[in-house]
Amino acid sequence: MIRDALSKATIYITLSLGGVLMLLPFIWMLLTSFKAGNEVMIMPPVWFPEKFHFENYKEAWEMAPFGRYLFNSITVTVLSTIGELITTILAAYAFSKMNFWGRDVLFAILLGTMMVPGEVLLIPNFVLLSDLGWIDQYEALIIPWTASVFAIFLLRQFFLSVPKDLSYAAKIDGCSDFRFLWTIMVPLAKPALFTIALLKAIGSWNAFLWPLIVTSSKEMRTLPVGLTAFSTEAGTVYELLMAASTMIILPMIILYIILQKYIIQGIAKAGIKG
Amino acid sequence: MGRPTLKSTFTAFLYLLPALLIITVFTIYPIIKSLLISFYNDYDFFQDIVYERGIDSYIYLWNDPNFHLALKNTFIFVIGVVPCSIILSLLIAILLNTNIKLRALFRTVYFIPFVTSVVAVSIVWRWIFHTEYGVLNYFLGLFGVDPIAWLTDPKWAMPSLIILSIWKGLGYNIIIFLAGLQNINDQYYLAAKIDGASAIKRFFFITVPLLSPTTFFVSVVSIIGSFKVFDEIYALFGGQPGPASSALTVVYYIFEKFYGEWNFGVASAAAYCLFIIIFILTLIQLYIGKRKVTY
Repeated sequence: MIRDALSKATIYITLSLGGVLMLLPFIWMLLTSFKAGNEVMIMPPVWFPEKFHFENYKEAWEMAPFGRYLFNSITVTVLSTIGELITTILAAYAFSKMNFWGRDVLFAILLGTMMVPGEVLLIPNFVLLSDLGWIDQYEALIIPWTASVFAIFLLRQFFLSVPKDLSYAAKIDGCSDFRFLWTIMVPLAKPALFTIALLKAIGSWNAFLWPLIVTSSKEMRTLPVGLTAFSTEAGTVYELLMAASTMIILPMIILYIILQKYIIQGIAKAGIKG
Repeated sequence: MGRPTLKSTFTAFLYLLPALLIITVFTIYPIIKSLLISFYNDYDFFQDIVYERGIDSYIYLWNDPNFHLALKNTFIFVIGVVPCSIILSLLIAILLNTNIKLRALFRTVYFIPFVTSVVAVSIVWRWIFHTEYGVLNYFLGLFGVDPIAWLTDPKWAMPSLIILSIWKGLGYNIIIFLAGLQNINDQYYLAAKIDGASAIKRFFFITVPLLSPTTFFVSVVSIIGSFKVFDEIYALFGGQPGPASSALTVVYYIFEKFYGEWNFGVASAAAYCLFIIIFILTLIQLYIGKRKVTY
């Protein structure tokens, strides 16, 4: 009994210690964001600010067009997620419930593209978007990201698990393929679609290299790009930098805590990087 | 579904059209185009004229000490991150898989860094790593360690990057390991217990072999992900590949050649080198994943 209790205690202590290490950077960020300038650059560090300076957030918000960045991030995330859902639903349906010439070859080619690292695509896409005149436009931030082989693959697996009898029954009742897809398959696939949408939204919200390359004006930056630009401008004013970081990180953490069931299940099932 | 007919093929392609259009234009065409660009010796991007084709870009990479440095740094990064991250996440996953309370809470906590913006957390770590006022040096100071110039000393830039990356990616590995552990049938442990096998023996003779497909999957995914490290570097060192290029990795090299020097040929060639490395790793994964499951 004593040995069991001891090993239990060791487990709890180890896990708690690790958990604290995971959270500490965020706590430190949050605490720093409320400090006065002279409480930041100080050794030994003080943990809690004497007074909570909420105005740091206002000041950071006004130093850079964070409102605009936020608007851009939301627009890009929402539209590319909706776009991906639509293309994915249609394509996954064709791959799972239809028989057509070249289906398996086409599917294999698409899966093959998943092996190619995104960095290979950067330059040709940049040239292409320049030719289209889309550089520094929403089109460049959204349209290339409205289809994903990985999402098609995931949803196809789900659609395959739906019994065929369902579609036969619907067809006998005179339901068209298209109506069957949207009124029966899509509602059935809600959990899978929700996972796909969430993973997409996280990826899109956090995306950095692509928005960095295709935006040139301040007005088109997304939050991560805007934050790096701000970090060069604000330099060592760490309380403002931390306030700005908090503004990006906190919404994601809150969203994650509310929806974690779907996110973690999705990742455990799909085994992918978000 | 029936046999494929002209009509069914036509209908199917209508469904596939939106996705195929996007994927063809923005993925398949660039894969080919990128290979072509890597063989442009002399290219005017603004007018899209190729003056000369050849293998100059690859010869350039072969001789460029910076590219060698980028490869070397990337390998150091992979070796620094992957084994450490796997051991830590496996340990935590095993502890989480025991019969404890608050399991969901711990899982939530460990996973938080993974969902947050790489750029934003890197900036937070920049503050933690601060030489004079950083909280990390303060803690180390309590143990008598002299302040370390984490981000400004070329010797310490890579360790800083590795620490940040392990912290960031741990949660993902833990989730995958947990899923793998939960797939192991409890009966094995029960039988072993009855036969008198100790906890350590049970770990090495049940958990390790039965978990090997998961461990293998996590390793490959981590290695591939680590080969592509970029965002962390850009944000941690403020748009520089570390002091004295000490954190110059392959993707950062591609970025510099492409976006800094507008040398599309060399950048594309370097991207293809990265592709080949990742391609080989993926083949190994497919090959071993199919053949060698160790039970």
